[in-house]
Amino acid sequence: MHNLRTGVKLIWLPVIAGLLWVSAAAFVAGRATKQGNAVPATDTIPWPASFGLGKAATPAEIKAWDIDVSPDGRGLPAGQGTAAAGKIVYQTKCAACHGKTGEAEAGVKLLGPALVSDSVFVGRKGNTIGNYWPYASTVFDYVRRAMPYHAPQSLTNNEVYAVTAYLLNANKIIPANAVMNAATLPRVEMPARKYYINDDRKGGPEVK
Amino acid sequence: MEQNHETNNSKPAKLSRRKILGGMAAAGILYIQTSLGKTLKPVLPAKWRKSDTSPNDLITPGPGPSKVGGRSPYERPQRLPSDISSRTPLQDLLSPITPSDLHYERHHGGVPNIDPEKYELLIHGMVDKPMKFTLRDLKRFPAVSRICFLECSGNFRSGKENMTAQEVCGLTSQSEWTGVMLSTLFREVGIKPKADWFLAEGADAAYLTRSIPTSKAWDDAMIVYGQNGEAIRPEQGYPARLLLPGWEGNMNVKWLRRIELSDQPFMTREETSKYTYPVKDKIRQFSFEMDARSIITSPSYPAKVEPGWHEIRGLAWSGRGKVTKVEVTTDAGRTWQVAQLQEPVLSKAHTYFRLLWYWDGSETEIASRVTDETGYTQPTLKQLVDYRGADMGGYHLNPITSWQIKRDGSVLFKPESRK
Ligand code: HEC
Repeated sequence: MHNLRTGVKLIWLPVIAGLLWVSAAAFVAGRATKQGNAVPATDTIPWPASFGLGKAATPAEIKAWDIDVSPDGRGLPAGQGTAAAGKIVYQTKCAACHGKTGEAEAGVKLLGPALVSDSVFVGRKGNTIGNYWPYASTVFDYVRRAMPYHAPQSLTNNEVYAVTAYLLNANKIIPANAVMNAATLPRVEMPARKYYINDDRKGGPEVK
Repeated sequence: MEQNHETNNSKPAKLSRRKILGGMAAAGILYIQTSLGKTLKPVLPAKWRKSDTSPNDLITPGPGPSKVGGRSPYERPQRLPSDISSRTPLQDLLSPITPSDLHYERHHGGVPNIDPEKYELLIHGMVDKPMKFTLRDLKRFPAVSRICFLECSGNFRSGKENMTAQEVCGLTSQSEWTGVMLSTLFREVGIKPKADWFLAEGADAAYLTRSIPTSKAWDDAMIVYGQNGEAIRPEQGYPARLLLPGWEGNMNVKWLRRIELSDQPFMTREETSKYTYPVKDKIRQFSFEMDARSIITSPSYPAKVEPGWHEIRGLAWSGRGKVTKVEVTTDAGRTWQVAQLQEPVLSKAHTYFRLLWYWDGSETEIASRVTDETGYTQPTLKQLVDYRGADMGGYHLNPITSWQIKRDGSVLFKPESRK
């Protein structure tokens, strides 16, 4: 009895193997899907659902590291500032590298790029926040993470709001009395936004 | 002797001419210890004499084995550093792998010093399970190695004739990278269906950030910790960096500390104020792929050629796939001949090309142009200006590069005007 059953199994083996092969191929083909079943076709041992490596990140750990700000304002912290307060921050902590007013000065070579101009688009030469930057959130995000160059992340959130207000006002984008905070900053419309287009090239003979 | 028995050979250890002569003077007779520890009878001739077979005065044993090797003192390839970048000496390379210490650099806040024991990568945002991974964790995941080039998208300089290939386009290099597929990690944390973008953030002083389409992770993105068989160099992102094969260098975030999934791009400074460029009266954003490009590296300035046979050599690559053809002109663009490609031709990789050339001593210009598997052929500077406008800035320029051959054999770069 036993032997007979084994015999039947053996006969079916190639068929089962074939089915397995088909399902494995389907699994591998699923690799590029968004579900993320990323299994390299070369592995001979099936991957576990999870490798069990790493550890869960706590909300406190994420909060401590997550400092980015999106154009819609996601990520903006509490706090606020005005151009008047920002002028003091600028003069004490930024002017040494970006110039007295942030504008390019003929014949003066600054350590940092010019930050202030009018909003007339001039291409890449002389590009500044006023004539080239498409989102106000980027000013806050970049200054908070990377400036002042020699001491990044040394400003308080209020100082970042204030110096952002100062720079936006100096570029004639917001009025002098505007208060910048998590609600107002995402609503600032940048003059250069309208110039931005996505690269749509996909290869092929055309030169664009 | 402390030498072990595995390195069993009969060469004398640590034997300098001075020691031998000193020993001879002291004892009149010399004993040499071998690595086996045996003492041999001296085998020296009665008197030193000049060798007949060597250009050196004496044939003496050189230094023995060492822990870390170095270049021949006669070879001094060097990067060309500025305040913000250093360039690979393309003219000194002999094959497609760039030695790790010559890989180009571009950074926005210097090279950080990161303790691998303290390193952590955070993945969070639109994921099922936000997680932190140590370097050890990353190394335990299934690993992959891949050869591909990296190139800064601001990799074109011009303006004078006395320019080397390194100065013209040395912000590109190639390594074999080892690490974990980003898709493997994304599978581990579970990506929400709407998470079309992710932010990559570095741990340098600039906390440099870029937004990257999540589709690149499902395609071929990696987090790499190995470069040419060893840990990646500090300048290249030690202990771990993002690798996006074929995509502009700046997006391959070094010293990677954080990845945040989102439903929209973050519009960081590096993808708005920088790495965008005027096209006609618009600003083109999110140019990811590096367009196909090639350059002749030999002969190139400051080489001098003699009449006779030469092999023209150079590099070609495309961020969109494989190089399918490189053509070379030796008559200033009148005719083009198909060059030989060094196998294996890899996707998104520097590919060597070679073409035999007989220089008859007359003035001419030589140049190369590459075609990639999408059918795109490297354009002239004029073609780029015609479409984009003269104020197109300096990003994503991949023009055909010509070298002038002067009657005296000097090779000079040919600067071209944008107007
Ligand atoms: C020690 C010199 C130095 C100081 C001080 C400094 N910066 Fe900068 N800043 C730089 C340099 C250098 C860059 C360019 C960095 C780069 O390209 O990676 C820069 C870039 C910037 C940019 C981006 C400009 C662009 O066009 O993309 C902004 C905005 C900026 N700084 C704002 C500030 C503010 C606000 C302060 C004061 C809180 C400040 N900086 C202080 C040197 C400095």
